[in-house]
Amino acid sequence: MKFSEAWLREWVNPAINRAQLLDQLTMAGLEVKAVTPVAPKSDGVVVARVEQVALHPAKGLSVCQVNDGRGRRQIVCGASNLQPGLVAALAKVGAVLPGGVRIEQADIHGVASAGMLCSAAELGLGERSDGILNLGAGYELGADLGDALTLDDVSIEVDLTPNRGDCLSLRGLARELGTLNNLPVQQQPAPPVAAQIDAALAVDLEAAEGCPRYLGRVIRGLNANAETPLWMQERLRRSGLRSIDPIVDVTNYVMLELGQPMHAFDLGALVGTIRVRWAQAGEALRLLDGSELQLDPSVLVIADAAGAVAIAGVMGGERSGVRPNTSDVFLESAYFDPLTVARTARRFGLHTDASHRYERGVDFDAPAMAMERATGLLTSIAGGSPGPTLASEQAAHLPRRNPVSLRQNRLQELAGLNFDAQQVDALLARLGFRLLDRAETEAEGTVWTIAPPPHRFDIKIEADLIEEVCRIQGYPNIPSILPAAPLAPRPVALERSGERQLQAQMAGGGFQEVITYSFVDPLRQELLDPKAERLVLANPMSSEQSVMRTNLLPGLTEALRFNQSRQQRRAQLFELGLCFRPGAALQQVLMLGGLMWGERGLESWHEQHAGMDFFDLKGAVERLLEWALGDLDAVTFKATQDQVLHPGQRATIVVDGDAVGRLGRLHPEIEQRLQLGDGVYVFEITGEAILARPLRKFAEIPKTPSARRDLAVVVDEAVSAQQIRDTLAKTLGATLKDLCLFDVYRSKDIDLHKKSIAIGLTFQSFSSTLTDAEISRHLNKAIAALQAELGARMR
Amino acid sequence: MDVEKVLQAAVAATEAAGSEFSLEEVRVRYLGRKGELTKLLKGLGQLPQERRPSVGAAINAAKDELQSKLDARRIALASEQLAKKMATEAVDVTLPGRRPARGGLHPVTQTLARVEDIFVGAGYQVFAGLEVEDDYHNFAALNIPPQHPARAMHDTFYFADGSLLRTHTSPAQVHVMEHQGPPIRVICPGRVYRRDSDLTHTPMFHQIEGLVIDRGISFAHLKGTVADFVQRFFERDLDLRFRPSHFPFTEPSAEVDVQCVHCLGSGCRVCSHTGWLEIMGCGLVHPTALSMSGIDPESWSGFAFGMGGDRLTMLLHEVNDMRLFFENDLRFLEQFN
Repeated sequence: MKFSEAWLREWVNPAINRAQLLDQLTMAGLEVKAVTPVAPKSDGVVVARVEQVALHPAKGLSVCQVNDGRGRRQIVCGASNLQPGLVAALAKVGAVLPGGVRIEQADIHGVASAGMLCSAAELGLGERSDGILNLGAGYELGADLGDALTLDDVSIEVDLTPNRGDCLSLRGLARELGTLNNLPVQQQPAPPVAAQIDAALAVDLEAAEGCPRYLGRVIRGLNANAETPLWMQERLRRSGLRSIDPIVDVTNYVMLELGQPMHAFDLGALVGTIRVRWAQAGEALRLLDGSELQLDPSVLVIADAAGAVAIAGVMGGERSGVRPNTSDVFLESAYFDPLTVARTARRFGLHTDASHRYERGVDFDAPAMAMERATGLLTSIAGGSPGPTLASEQAAHLPRRNPVSLRQNRLQELAGLNFDAQQVDALLARLGFRLLDRAETEAEGTVWTIAPPPHRFDIKIEADLIEEVCRIQGYPNIPSILPAAPLAPRPVALERSGERQLQAQMAGGGFQEVITYSFVDPLRQELLDPKAERLVLANPMSSEQSVMRTNLLPGLTEALRFNQSRQQRRAQLFELGLCFRPGAALQQVLMLGGLMWGERGLESWHEQHAGMDFFDLKGAVERLLEWALGDLDAVTFKATQDQVLHPGQRATIVVDGDAVGRLGRLHPEIEQRLQLGDGVYVFEITGEAILARPLRKFAEIPKTPSARRDLAVVVDEAVSAQQIRDTLAKTLGATLKDLCLFDVYRSKDIDLHKKSIAIGLTFQSFSSTLTDAEISRHLNKAIAALQAELGARMR
Repeated sequence: MDVEKVLQAAVAATEAAGSEFSLEEVRVRYLGRKGELTKLLKGLGQLPQERRPSVGAAINAAKDELQSKLDARRIALASEQLAKKMATEAVDVTLPGRRPARGGLHPVTQTLARVEDIFVGAGYQVFAGLEVEDDYHNFAALNIPPQHPARAMHDTFYFADGSLLRTHTSPAQVHVMEHQGPPIRVICPGRVYRRDSDLTHTPMFHQIEGLVIDRGISFAHLKGTVADFVQRFFERDLDLRFRPSHFPFTEPSAEVDVQCVHCLGSGCRVCSHTGWLEIMGCGLVHPTALSMSGIDPESWSGFAFGMGGDRLTMLLHEVNDMRLFFENDLRFLEQFN
């Protein structure tokens, strides 16, 4: 809501300066968003009257004799609307116009000119530059223009919350300011205008639940050439509205002044009588803005005998719209149901000044006053003869103003501040709430019962009254205290890590956390999770963000690509977040994903780093699992058919027999499709698996020394490290304390299809120090098992 | 042989010895089984009886002195040796160290953690909730019925079945109220979504909501909690103001402005020259929202507040473009490690 300060002060004028006024509005919940001067600075411009107009020898120019209050001066001017009696703005010699233009004594084609008559645009009062600004009557000649038009005024824009529709007018803002300052409001007069003719249109309320009150009035014989007076144009302009013509301007002006949206139909375009009804299925309506709507019975319309002529409370139709030559109008001033208007406005994406107000609730007692005000203003500007105002009404459907009670004790308890009863009496009275009952009770203190006024749609329960009382009392007057609570020790899960510990663990392992959008490009998602069913947004902002991610790879790869194109040589990224998997029921699964690409270490003089490979990735995953589970005893890496990963470098992560994740190099085709370069290594693991943290239990530390023996065996390429490990573990049992695979060697000296694997075995017994003989016996058993089960031979 | 002369020669040889090896030669020559001082001691018997004690004492004194010179020389030699070795081991200490690659946490994660820590320290629980919600938990249970104007301000992302991406973290509060009776003290951080994108809006962002429900909770408690939090979060005494506002799920409601952390209220670009920064919305929980979640508003009352995790991060670290948070430029992210 944008309005002029000077206009507001005509309604109520508290003895506070501008800064205080703005602060008061903001602190009452009417947040001031912007304050702008209504006109740029000018100096030396006065009110003057054109007395004589003569032709200048040069084509298109006139020589005017102008009275500036002190005397006559001669001005040469090129405007077309010059005529004797015109009251205009005169920039005298020495005047400075907006933009710094300085007016000098001039000689125009041999005729002296002592100043300049100004257009609205030249004064910074709007865009019109097609003629001299016509000030109209009522100004003292010679008066400073700034004083005459209160150009030191400002436009104030307040950001109103949806509950404060009552402040969408000068009347409402004044009421609020009066309440805050405990001042009465100067109600602007809107005397009834008597009917001069009998013309009227009957109105049928066929949908009273959508429109319980509808006032209509015919006005005939309006002067189509009339102009909106400057004062009204200026008020509209300072409220952010453009002047169109007197009919439209008056309806807008009344809406701004009283908060009542109005509509003017071209009477000549209406057929038969008016019906306020639900639209018929298949009914169409072309609106004033040219758009064509297909209606249905959920839409409330104003119709005549030929069909719908307006969407009630939203916008009028083209057929019945007011035209430049319209002389007969039918004025509408009605109350429409907020939900009905909101539903329709949202449905068609139409947001108008009218729908904005109706959605929030318009004072249902305002239509009559608004009708009289509009009639008075319109006939005073454009003449014409009004008919009688016809009011159609179904009172049962008007909004109810049910009694609301306020208990003193409850107020004090919820506010955290003591109020004495007289204080509350005064606050409720200032707010304009009608007192229905006031009782002293033992249990609740004083109990007030009030009826909210028709302009308030947000006072339904006690809490609403508590808010109002606190608001007017002022939030700053409520103390700040901390709530007290028992000092209960906080539960901390014993066998589960927090997400933050997991994130810290990843960061400690050299991974940088990223946060990527949860909605991703369906093409990227398809590439990185080809088989997954996807959750699709019905109204995405763009197709690149239209499906919910099923895994973390789209975001991680996109973040990698972003950094690759910014000269990064390596990246280790991770993200912890929800993934969305539709199915019988949607699964929102917490996942941890990681990505490694580029050089193994930071570039340095120490060594040249090779590119990271599968085992950098696997090491990171192993380290993580070890952190979570304590050891890797329950973990295996199993073969997988995962199409997204490189067929030779991929594995499923299995913990206690459950597949909980995967790791591997991205399939080279995908690397290429996503323009990622070679060697992008990724892993994903469910949050559930990695946040588990089994309770650690102490294992006795042996007091006996351990003994290490190394052995090297040659096996077929097909024999996996896991097989060797399993065989040794099974054969040696508890005596094998540790097994370290420390070399893998391939050479044509061995065999092209074989590899040599070096293993360090650490033996230890709890009960006694192992003798050389015992160790040799174990070693021989191990060798025999490797030979028998894996065809290994010793090197 | 004169003991004194032998000792002088021995000490001279000790001082001249340039290595462990030559020092050992000196020791053997004078103190060994056939060493010169040993021989002198053995020759004591040839001296007259009355001289033996004094000469014997002199020889033993000489032996002791030589031994201590030898020991001293050995230590000196060892440290010379070490010094030489160390000289060869000198490095240019200004060369960069061998640094492991550094990881780090996203700045917004750090902010959420900071906020959580502050409240967890005061006895709040943390509950994150899920991001795809139904209409009931995101709107209806929060006293936002269909057609309510507040819905238009939320610009919701919907799915075909009517479910939606939560537009605020408040539905997490509803779940807490449904599953846990009062008293409640909970913080709900997480991602939320609105169809909006410009310098200060991204379609995904982070919120942190707090909810306290207990007996006798008042607006004064809300003010105290918020003021204390702001002071602790920024570690500065900043002016606060509570402006009346409107949220369907709180009544009374307020917006909280904090004195601009950048200009301290004198007016700057960050605060659009108002001197104030809007940092959260809050209020007493609406009785309807309480009763919809099965809590009797006559017996219990509570307050709720919600703030932007990204916005707090921007204010704390003076970040000027919200979109930076989700581009994941390492040059940006690593500034906060």
